[in-house]
Amino acid sequence: MRYPGGVAAIDGLDLDVHAGECFGLLGPNGAGKTTTVEILEGLLEPTAGDVEILGMRWSTDERRLRERLGVSLQETHLPERLTVIEALILFRSFFTKGREPEDVLRAVSLEEKRASYYEKLSGGQKQRLAVACALVGDPDLLFLDEPTTGLDPQSRLQLWDVVTEFKRAGRTVVLTTHYMEEAERLCDRVGIIDRGKLIALGSPRELIAALGGREVIEVTLGGGAIGEDRVGALSGIRGVSAVRRVAEGLALTADPLHVALPALLDHLRGAGLQLERLATRHATLEDVFVALTGRGLRD
Amino acid sequence: MRFRLFLREPSAVFWTFGFPILLSIALGIAFRNRPPEAVSIVVQAGPGADAILRELASPLIKARVQDGEAARRELRSGKVVLLIIPAAEGAARTYRYDETRPEARMARALVDDALQTAEGRLDPTPVRDERVTEPGARYIDFLLPGLVGLNLMSSSMWGIGYMIVDLRTKKLVKRLVATPMRRGDFLLSFVLMRAVFLLVEVPLLFAFGWVVFGVRVVGSPLLLMGLAMLGSLAFAGLGLLVASRARNTQTVGGLMNLVMMPMFIGSGVFFSTSNFPDGMQPLLRVLPLTALNDGLRAVTNAGAGPSQVAFAAVVLAVWAAVSFAAALRLFRWR
Repeated sequence: MRYPGGVAAIDGLDLDVHAGECFGLLGPNGAGKTTTVEILEGLLEPTAGDVEILGMRWSTDERRLRERLGVSLQETHLPERLTVIEALILFRSFFTKGREPEDVLRAVSLEEKRASYYEKLSGGQKQRLAVACALVGDPDLLFLDEPTTGLDPQSRLQLWDVVTEFKRAGRTVVLTTHYMEEAERLCDRVGIIDRGKLIALGSPRELIAALGGREVIEVTLGGGAIGEDRVGALSGIRGVSAVRRVAEGLALTADPLHVALPALLDHLRGAGLQLERLATRHATLEDVFVALTGRGLRD
Repeated sequence: MRFRLFLREPSAVFWTFGFPILLSIALGIAFRNRPPEAVSIVVQAGPGADAILRELASPLIKARVQDGEAARRELRSGKVVLLIIPAAEGAARTYRYDETRPEARMARALVDDALQTAEGRLDPTPVRDERVTEPGARYIDFLLPGLVGLNLMSSSMWGIGYMIVDLRTKKLVKRLVATPMRRGDFLLSFVLMRAVFLLVEVPLLFAFGWVVFGVRVVGSPLLLMGLAMLGSLAFAGLGLLVASRARNTQTVGGLMNLVMMPMFIGSGVFFSTSNFPDGMQPLLRVLPLTALNDGLRAVTNAGAGPSQVAFAAVVLAVWAAVSFAAALRLFRWR
């Protein structure tokens, strides 16, 4: 897919999503996530390449495909003066078979807002309604484009429940997000996209394991700038697999922690360096992304 | 669903139903039936001026005597339309006026007629005046069907055009395309919405015209509604077509004006299309608003039957079909 002027939005991206799994497309803003799902949803035409969904293609089976797909766009605006239940009835009317609107209303916990106008809903409620509109056709495959971006933690949890419920019924979900936490929590497999290219693919566990360590040690050292030779020396410590610079100092990927930590402290003491701060945490997909690109997800 | 959304926008309801009524009230006041207006003239002071003033005693002529210079000034500034310069017995009297001004020509004819008659002219043939003021032949009778046509055009086109572009900018069109909804159904829903409104709009306007101005529908109301329906379909189709590519409301507004302006002026809403040169007539006749206005007028004022408005009906049907098909082809779905 190319923008006018020849800039590739996504380039040579090859993906397989298996039936019954929740697949996450992960990447910073502008990485090409939305372009990718919109091509999959048949809303954008790729300049090159093939899409096959449920054994069908957009060029030949568009209507049959649409019947089996549920789509929630990155931004869904519904008419302001449409009530929640009317929106669901409207979207239900587009499908030959589907779920009862009342039923879907319960699934996204919007029963109380049944007769409210769309414009009166909060951001989280609007987003849940958008997902409900995607569910009302009883799809086999659900596309969610950044379903929780900008939502408060509670709304996010509610949406996660909806997705988990859908997955439990053995259906397939493709979602995009730039929240690593969301991907780790919901997705069976994730693909990390950066600048239109797929740079990693696997389960969250596998990707983190590939970092070489499941723990991260963050240290802030006193006494001025840290030289390249020091970084090199630190990465030679037993149990430390990688060292990278972060805003407040250094982040070391370590495994196992009980070997790496004493060795690190010994090394610092031996070099006469003063430790101003030390923290440890579990490695996340964020670390995977940083390790792969050298940049943070929200840079 | 569309219908409910519309009713929930009070301002839209006003523009559709209230505005044309206000417009016809305003125009009705402007063109209400009143006695023919008197023409203002001036007589240059001098011998014989007072005699002329006496001879011109008529409710249709407002005459005064003025000094030469002041009289000329009044003529130049347009306060009076005619200046009479009296002459000695037997010599030619002078009328000074602007020939291109219809009022001035009328004043000259009136004044000359009054003076010649008073001075002893005898008309060879007696005449009898029959004044037309009964309903069916007044300006308001001409105007009302035109306003109904105009209203159908602007409410169909603005209503649909804005609504579609609004849906498009909010990405709702894209969301709908992601469902198995038939695209033709989507466009058709706008056309049908217009058709439903029409069932309220047109009777309301005609009822208003009947109650306030006594404009009577001479022909079949059913035929009238049929024509209005075709007109509304034609304009709904045009509205869709105009909105089919536009990405924002500014663009659609400009396009709307571009399409509607020629019809606003050329389709005989306020004055008859016969004021335009003959060469333009065939072109004007196939404009949808001209066809609609002609049809509505024929039925309202002349009681025309189906065969007499067949041409108008065909023109409207062709516009509706062609514009809808073109809109469906050209429509930008994202």
